[in-house]
Amino acid sequence: MPITRDVKTHIRRSPYQAMAASLTMFLTFLVGGVFFLATMASVSILGYFEGKPQVTVFFTPKAGQAEADKLKTTLEASGKVASTRFVSKEDALAIYRLQNQNDPLLLEMVTADILPASLEVSANDPQYLSELASVIQGSEGVDEVVYQRDVVDSLLSWTNAIRLVGGVLALLLVIDSLLIIGTVIAMKVALKRDEIEILTLVGASPWTIRAPFILEGGFYGFMGAGIASLILSIVIAWFRPLLFSFLGSIPTLRVLLGSLTSPAFLVSIAVFLVGNMLIGFCLGALGSSIALRRYLK
Amino acid sequence: MIRQLGGLLLGMIYFNNVSKYYPGKVPGLIDVTVEIPDGEFVFLIGPSGSGKTTFLRLLIRDLIPSTGTITVDKGELRKITSANLYLLRRKVGIVFQDFKLLLDRTVFENIAIVLEILGKHPKDIEQGVMNVLTLVGLSDKRNLFPLQLSAGEMQRASIARAIVGGPKILLADEPTGNLDPDTAWGIMEILQEIHGLGTTVIVASHNADIVNRMKKRTLTIQHGKIVRDEARGHYHLDKHEKKTVKGGKHDAHN
Repeated sequence: MPITRDVKTHIRRSPYQAMAASLTMFLTFLVGGVFFLATMASVSILGYFEGKPQVTVFFTPKAGQAEADKLKTTLEASGKVASTRFVSKEDALAIYRLQNQNDPLLLEMVTADILPASLEVSANDPQYLSELASVIQGSEGVDEVVYQRDVVDSLLSWTNAIRLVGGVLALLLVIDSLLIIGTVIAMKVALKRDEIEILTLVGASPWTIRAPFILEGGFYGFMGAGIASLILSIVIAWFRPLLFSFLGSIPTLRVLLGSLTSPAFLVSIAVFLVGNMLIGFCLGALGSSIALRRYLK
Repeated sequence: MIRQLGGLLLGMIYFNNVSKYYPGKVPGLIDVTVEIPDGEFVFLIGPSGSGKTTFLRLLIRDLIPSTGTITVDKGELRKITSANLYLLRRKVGIVFQDFKLLLDRTVFENIAIVLEILGKHPKDIEQGVMNVLTLVGLSDKRNLFPLQLSAGEMQRASIARAIVGGPKILLADEPTGNLDPDTAWGIMEILQEIHGLGTTVIVASHNADIVNRMKKRTLTIQHGKIVRDEARGHYHLDKHEKKTVKGGKHDAHN
């Protein structure tokens, strides 16, 4: 039986219901997509910071190797330090150049002199960090001390908040979508009751009768998710340079956002689009199936 | 009348002590035992509410008997699951008094539905539909919608839909109920022709004149019981019986 013909007829005959169902799916995937992308980005950032040394000690511009060696000796003597690594001004410049390789203007303006040398310190146990902090703060030539734990904790709380708000909102919207698609399909079942009765009497299998409705629900999900994902992809592509300038130091995001034509970016967008459309189709089909279970016995 | 050989039923249709009670213990059919062999033409007659439609609905498993068993083409209907019911429905074509045509589809499309759900190739569908339209004399009306047809033409379209899938059994529930005598007789001639092709035909009818003229096996149902089973050509309604057949009490189930 030409199922697609039936689906087309269903949609053509009730365009407003079709629009309502697709729009709901669109909103669900737009909001869900925003939170999904935000969560993915924050997880990447979190991973990046978690992999960094626990403490980074920045020295004043005049301080250098000598002050760092002195501090390193003092810390290692405490027996509470697992490892240390000195990053000279030249090393800092090399890192800076790598991070800003796509922006020649920024590279021109910076020399090794204006970048601070630093010492990366990892403690044997995070509980020693406060004890080490007092030693570090009082040392000669120390300008600033950055504790990654603070950054990680702050990021973690943001990520958890995004996950929680996004998850709850997405769940509510998914339930809303299922209800609206279910209601639309139930109305169509009621309108086509005579036709369903006739089809049953002339020997249509349960699947033959249900398939057009399930496909129709799937189509609404597919369309809504497809349009929402397309819009989000365009927004990401549009703001890519801005996002890159903020997040370019995160290795995974640097690869993803490096170029519009890079395979990583194109593959990620394709997976995002196709994945969302598939999920949308399944969600729509599920809404229809629930309605059919209730109204088509 | 009932033939059995080592437990194997020989008839196409076999009702064995079948009773059907509707909610509130309202009887629809009471202790009916009857066999209808393959390729037979049978009339079911009786007043409204006597159980004719219940008999037909039981045959397509639209209803399940309260007691007793029904066998169609060697398969017991009670054992058929809802998921497999369509396989029975493909063996049994049905014609309704109110035609049950889809008003938003042409005559051709109404009939083609049956072949589409059987998964036939479009070419075979075209050929199959045209064959049955020719048989019922509607080949020139293939592109008209049901509301553009007369009642007789709608009934012929309904018959065409019922037989296009090549069912073994054709059930007709008051197929001439809404038709004038000439048109009604035309419909019966088509049913006769279909029977001639080897199909078992069961017709529930009020029309005593047609039943008399057709000279077929006739089952008379009254108050849910088969009170007479007349062999073909032996059936004849007298004036009193004609009155009874035409003017039965109204029953919501029938």
